Amino acid sequence: MTKTNHDAPSGNERSLSGHDAPQRGPSRRSILQMAGGAASLAAAPAAIAQPASSEGPPTAPTTRVRLVVNGSARDLKIDPRQSILDVLRETLDLTGTKKGCNQGACGACTVLVNGRRVTSCLTLAVMHDGAEITTIEGLARGDELHPLQAAFIEHDGFQCGFCTPGQIMSGVACIAEGHATSPEQIQFWMSGNICRCAAYPGIVAAVADAAGRT
Amino acid sequence: MLPFSFEKVRTEQDAIRAAAAGARYIAGGTTLIDLMRDEVERPERLVDINALPMADIRADGADLVIGALARMSDVAAHRETKRLQPLIAESLIEGASPQLRNMASMGGNLLQRVRCPYFRMLDAACNKRDPGSGCSAIDGLNAGHAILGTSNHCVATHPSDVAVALVALGATMRVRGPQGERAFPVEELFRLPGDTPHLEHTLHPGELIVEIRVPGGPYARQARYLKVRDRASYEFALVSAAVALETEGDTIRQARVAVGGVGTRPWRMRAVEEALRGKPVGRDTFTAAAHLALEGTRPLSHNHYKVELLPRTIVRALEMAGGTA
Repeated sequence: MTKTNHDAPSGNERSLSGHDAPQRGPSRRSILQMAGGAASLAAAPAAIAQPASSEGPPTAPTTRVRLVVNGSARDLKIDPRQSILDVLRETLDLTGTKKGCNQGACGACTVLVNGRRVTSCLTLAVMHDGAEITTIEGLARGDELHPLQAAFIEHDGFQCGFCTPGQIMSGVACIAEGHATSPEQIQFWMSGNICRCAAYPGIVAAVADAAGRT
Repeated sequence: MLPFSFEKVRTEQDAIRAAAAGARYIAGGTTLIDLMRDEVERPERLVDINALPMADIRADGADLVIGALARMSDVAAHRETKRLQPLIAESLIEGASPQLRNMASMGGNLLQRVRCPYFRMLDAACNKRDPGSGCSAIDGLNAGHAILGTSNHCVATHPSDVAVALVALGATMRVRGPQGERAFPVEELFRLPGDTPHLEHTLHPGELIVEIRVPGGPYARQARYLKVRDRASYEFALVSAAVALETEGDTIRQARVAVGGVGTRPWRMRAVEEALRGKPVGRDTFTAAAHLALEGTRPLSHNHYKVELLPRTIVRALEMAGGTA
């Protein structure tokens, strides 16, 4: 059976506008999206096709789900196979949440669902109808960074930055849970977030600093 | 991920009816979705049971009663868990990561699949995934595998931490299914692999875990979980030990001991418990008793170290519980 990529049922037709640097020509992201769009256009017939076998399971091509993402209610048609992560990135174009391992081991995809930190790759969006989801895009208030975002900058809590959105979302929850009481506690309670650049000392310092300020 | 049909149920009857007709229950999904993405698990129907009222955590006299849908993090943080069964809280916190503990249900924790790498490697032989295909781990990379309860067909360990504590404490579980309700010790949930390693548990088709009951005991407050692993946190056990002691002065009245990371299921150590009874608290007693844990062990090519690590882990856990660590 052809293995199709069901992760991207939409989001491939996005225009070049509305991204990080719209005034200065195509951004790296928009170029990547164009390339991805071309590739998945070619694959589109396979992705849309229903299972060929007549004894295949009944599948609805789309399921309706309402998610409240960063305070905005979004009524979505999704494939039941889509994780929250894929809905955020591919359907809602919120690419701040990162796809690292896609198996719950790295923590890069951490978001808050109803205030609790979860790995968004390991849960189906269809299971969360009505849920409130907070992503890295929802932390700042206008131009004012969340205290933990500011602390990550101040304490050099990253190098390449790929794990950072997950680290910060996990850190926000870690502080709210009351688990940021000492460097040792922070290390233990942040251990679901891997940083391959090993910026751990800065991450721990940032979480401790922000915890002390809130 | 292969297509599946998805149904969210509001009543236990609907859930059981769907499962009896072949649907798979999904709660936290932390094991199932991962394995579905790899096409190791290929359910055609999922039934989402998260709306069922089974997430309660409460005290019933001296017993701790945990709903099967209670999340690991909620059970660990609950006042009654800490008051009645601190061993349950400690073993939960030592498992997985904060994010996963927020998602994973207690019932799902018990039913989680093995972490043997060959199980999820579709091009490797694995009797659990593909009965009769063989076991790649027996002559493969088996440093993390079991030394107790293995067969020539499977050597994977059961990965749960809290299951080790539940088995040590003699917890029971209540299940409901098409044939009605029954209760049995958690220890009896787990099958040995034998020559049918694809059959991992003793639930009947359609049965739903409803709740777990941890009986109170005079040893419950003097109980510790020690997990030895390759990282300080967020890693599966190489060896772990859940121990509970009832002492009177310097004398052990009774002990409970179970171990993880070494068995094809959570492993109660009754011979060790018996050897501790009536003896003075101290390293000599602990060492002599822990040595009995090695009875019946069958190390593989890469996990001989567990033969040394197992009794040492038990001794250290006993010292922690006995206040002599």
